[in-house]
Amino acid sequence: MSTEPVLSVSGLWANYGATPILQGVNMNVAKGEIVGLIGRNGVGKTTTLRCLIGLLSAKSGAIRVLGHDMAGQPSDAFARLGIGYIPQGREVFPRMTVAENLAVGELIGGPAGKKLYDFVYQYFPRLKERSQQLAGTMSGGEQQQLAIGRALIGNPSLMLLDEPSEGIQPSIVQMICEVLKSIRRELGTTILLVEQNLDTILAISERCYVMEKGRIVNEIEKGMVTANSVRSHLSI
Amino acid sequence: MMGVINMAHGEFIMCGAYVTVGLVHGGLPLPLAQLCGVIAAGLVGVLVEMTIVRRFYKRPLDSLLATWGLSLVVTQGMLILVGSSLAGIGTPEGSFKVGEYSFSTYRLVLFGGAIAALAVIYFIFMRTRFGVHARATMQNPQMAQALGVKVGRVYAISFGIGAALAGFCGALYAPTMTLIPTMGATFIVESFVTVVVGGANVLLGTAPAGALLAIIRTSLNAWEGQIIGQIGMLIAVILIIRILPEGVSGFLTRRQR
Ligand SMILES: Nc1ncnc2c1ncn2[C@@H]1O[C@H](COP(=O)(O)OP(=O)(O)OP(=O)(O)O)[C@@H](O)[C@H]1O
Ligand SMILES: [Mg+2]
Repeated sequence: MSTEPVLSVSGLWANYGATPILQGVNMNVAKGEIVGLIGRNGVGKTTTLRCLIGLLSAKSGAIRVLGHDMAGQPSDAFARLGIGYIPQGREVFPRMTVAENLAVGELIGGPAGKKLYDFVYQYFPRLKERSQQLAGTMSGGEQQQLAIGRALIGNPSLMLLDEPSEGIQPSIVQMICEVLKSIRRELGTTILLVEQNLDTILAISERCYVMEKGRIVNEIEKGMVTANSVRSHLSI
Repeated sequence: MMGVINMAHGEFIMCGAYVTVGLVHGGLPLPLAQLCGVIAAGLVGVLVEMTIVRRFYKRPLDSLLATWGLSLVVTQGMLILVGSSLAGIGTPEGSFKVGEYSFSTYRLVLFGGAIAALAVIYFIFMRTRFGVHARATMQNPQMAQALGVKVGRVYAISFGIGAALAGFCGALYAPTMTLIPTMGATFIVESFVTVVVGGANVLLGTAPAGALLAIIRTSLNAWEGQIIGQIGMLIAVILIIRILPEGVSGFLTRRQR
């Protein structure tokens, strides 16, 4: 017997103005999976995630999260349901402290959910050391840790990461990969991440969806995620 | 920050003042009437945000017109409904001396009230959960919403707080003046130039700018009378803007770095 997936998307169409960007995206992610979404620049990966957090409303199609039909809901409803979004470019609140940035993330999962300060500070000790620093004055790698910590603090059921490795030195990327795996192991969090970095994809994705021109054109099954199978779908 | 210019802010001052005076005439003690004035202005503010201002975020010029229209309607409406002036209620008694000058105690209350209002606003926006959500919304509304902040509610409450603050101003001044429906306009000119001179940061800019302009104005008032005071203040504003285009706060924060 199969349980309902944490995330199920079917026939998702979305536009920017009159230009159709997503043209019938289908995907399913089961509880506790780490799934990669890969594809060349401009194929619509970020647009897909923006639909999945409700920042862009779909023109048609269904988005089901934890059994709830979310199409047409405002973004804050997605978050309160338990989705933690880590956008491309991090988007921390620059003129607020690290601690205040984390506090905003407490809304994820709703007021009744568990809040994971100890967990976040254990895996990202930097955030604890710098808790009173303004987020805008931190380095790129630190801001990425903050963006992940901010989404994690409310114990999300599903995390959406948009190119977490972009512009960050390899040692930090490796550390982030380890933390994501620990999150899944200890909390059972489901993770969907957009990535272009081959090493990152190989390090953590168990399965990949390949996107092209606003559609999922290929799926790399569990156990088949190898350098060869992935490389042909990336930009370089 | 929300991308609106509110020309009806003076009418919230009027709201606070009229409610205060009305309730005092109705037999309520002054402090209680003032509290009601503040609350009334705040609630009306939330209502105005939800019905009108909400449609004009990030459209400063349109918002200016819409709220100006609202301001005219309210002012004229009050003129028809309440008449051209409302009987005053008299300043509370008591006075004190500094050197050879005598001041009414209520002046001290006004001064204390202004400081207290500043402190309360600082507390709300810097120390409370709502304040964190509000600042996140001002810095990046989309991201704030994607983390669960109900940004529409944050805008409405923030606007309501602004209106309540204006109402507080009206409530404080109500005993010292005769109320007329156009009283909002007299405050709004000075507020407007203070904000412009102050620059982006309220605590570092608007407050010192207010103090600075008040000193210029009152000393000129004492020297050559009201008209010279007004002229002198406006000339000072022009000079300050020429020298400090980012306002007082721009100047102070640049010095900090
Ligand atoms: N705000 C916008 N307005 C109009 N068009 C947009 C907007 N954002 C993205 N697009 C267009 O939508 C298409 C998909 O963009 P998207 O950001 O989803 O790509 P992506 O797969 O995330 O690319 P990258 O790997 O470069 O991040 C692109 O052609 C882009 O130009
Ligand atoms: Mg992208």
